[in-house]
Amino acid sequence: MNQLSQTLSPTLERLGGVYLLPVIVALIAFVLIGAPSSWVTLTVAGLSMGMMIFLMASGLSLVFGLMDVLNFGHSAFVSFGAFVAASALAYMAGWIGSESIWLNLLAIFLAFSAAIAFGLVVGWFFEVVIIKPVYHDHLRQILITMGALIVSEQIILAVWGGAPVSVPRPAFLEGSWLIGDVTIEIYRAFAFALALAVYVALYLVLKHTRIGLLIRAGVENREMVEALGFRIDRLFVGVFMVGSALAALGGAMWAGYETLITPALGGEIMIVVFIVVIIGGLGSVEGTLLGAIMVGLMANYIGFLAPKLALASNMLLMMAILLWRPNGLKPAVK
Amino acid sequence: MSLLSLTRMKTSIGQYHVLHDVTLDVPEGGVFVLLGRNGAGKTTTLRSIMGLWRPSPGSVTFRGEDISGLHASEIARKGISFVPENMGIFGGLTVEENLVLATAKGRFDPARLKRIYALFPALEQFWTKQAWSLSGGQKQMLAVARAIIERRELILVDEPTKGLAPAIIDGMAKAFAEIGADTTILLVEQNFNFAKRLGDGLAVIDDGRIVHTGTMPEFAADTALQEQLLSLSA
Repeated sequence: MNQLSQTLSPTLERLGGVYLLPVIVALIAFVLIGAPSSWVTLTVAGLSMGMMIFLMASGLSLVFGLMDVLNFGHSAFVSFGAFVAASALAYMAGWIGSESIWLNLLAIFLAFSAAIAFGLVVGWFFEVVIIKPVYHDHLRQILITMGALIVSEQIILAVWGGAPVSVPRPAFLEGSWLIGDVTIEIYRAFAFALALAVYVALYLVLKHTRIGLLIRAGVENREMVEALGFRIDRLFVGVFMVGSALAALGGAMWAGYETLITPALGGEIMIVVFIVVIIGGLGSVEGTLLGAIMVGLMANYIGFLAPKLALASNMLLMMAILLWRPNGLKPAVK
Repeated sequence: MSLLSLTRMKTSIGQYHVLHDVTLDVPEGGVFVLLGRNGAGKTTTLRSIMGLWRPSPGSVTFRGEDISGLHASEIARKGISFVPENMGIFGGLTVEENLVLATAKGRFDPARLKRIYALFPALEQFWTKQAWSLSGGQKQMLAVARAIIERRELILVDEPTKGLAPAIIDGMAKAFAEIGADTTILLVEQNFNFAKRLGDGLAVIDDGRIVHTGTMPEFAADTALQEQLLSLSA
């Protein structure tokens, strides 16, 4: 494996490095699937799924990179985001069912804003009450955040009940576009575009603002940033809040994607989110995006080609990437 | 009055008592050298001053103000900068980003930047390169430049010559001599020849205690004392 990676690595770097991997996966899938229309449909679905997973995972990656905090409770924000958005959408049923695209947009904007606001406020509370006392202690972090995840699932059960909750979609996001014999689900295209816009905003903040510079530096060397005169712990609270809000937004979008959600959503998605963060490289937003796209594409292609292997595909992908690059595809420089 | 005073400073890391009793006065201006063998407590002394490890008990006063117990970020804002042994540069950031991060308001003072370009021309050449791609010497230049990109009253420098080629060390000595003309430098060093070129005053630390203080010319002339304290042979 090492010899193979040493032989292939220089060629891969010349052609675009790890950014080429999703293209390679898509090309291989194109050959195996055979039908171009199915391939396009699956690729759009994979990209859309990947972008939503990216939203859920990016905060977790930054939180770990910046403060070395293992937050197993992160997916609770995904669950709450999904349920809060579902309730908000149900409350605005009249607007959702309306033929006016503006009322549809307003409803989805308010529902997603509710999820984001929930993520910000509860993220702050979670950081101050649960995370802060266990800084620098991984074992206690795992125990307390796992406990928080279980408690959050029970709160969801108590508030929304155990039965699956149906998530209404705004009328303008129902249905599909038919381009030739290619079918593209409108909601997936919308989810992809929205998540891409969030990524671009996140990228611009990280690359072109002083706060972004501090976050990138803090992920690499927290102590040195403090020795330059900055309080990383205060910055971390903000990053944790934004990470939680992004997870809640991802959950809200996922709810519309699935249209039926259960309290177990967070626990189920947590495994995928951790795989993405590990594949991408801890602390790296670009790596998380790459990992999420890879996972989204693989899940859809394998689900089509070999449905029985769909569940194992992400694990196999993670194993293969870690054997090749033990620190992930695009780790933050340490 | 001394710029920096350490009084009976003790520091423990986990269960290990590293500094037992460090009492030291660093005068204002020039280069003050802290010498000592491996494991004597030099790095711990600098990190304790910077607030990265908490000294307890004992006190650290800077310009007469007790700064022991302050957070590292507050100590930095008092006008103390730190160049750690591993240089502490941010490899994923460009040279420019590494430096702009250390500025108080996120923009450069043109005069200071010009001075840095004059001291370390390589940094101007590699301005937009990511820092991980620099050579060891260039990384050290960047670490020092970052420490002086804003006006500082005291610079703590930990073994800047470690692993550097002789030609680079020579350039670094000239840079420190120039920086030391208007800023106080507390330099930890094992390379005695380098320290001898720069130092005005010095202290020797052994087993977590200051065992000698004096002037560099006197110490440099006393080979018996060097042999006794640092195991240096003439």
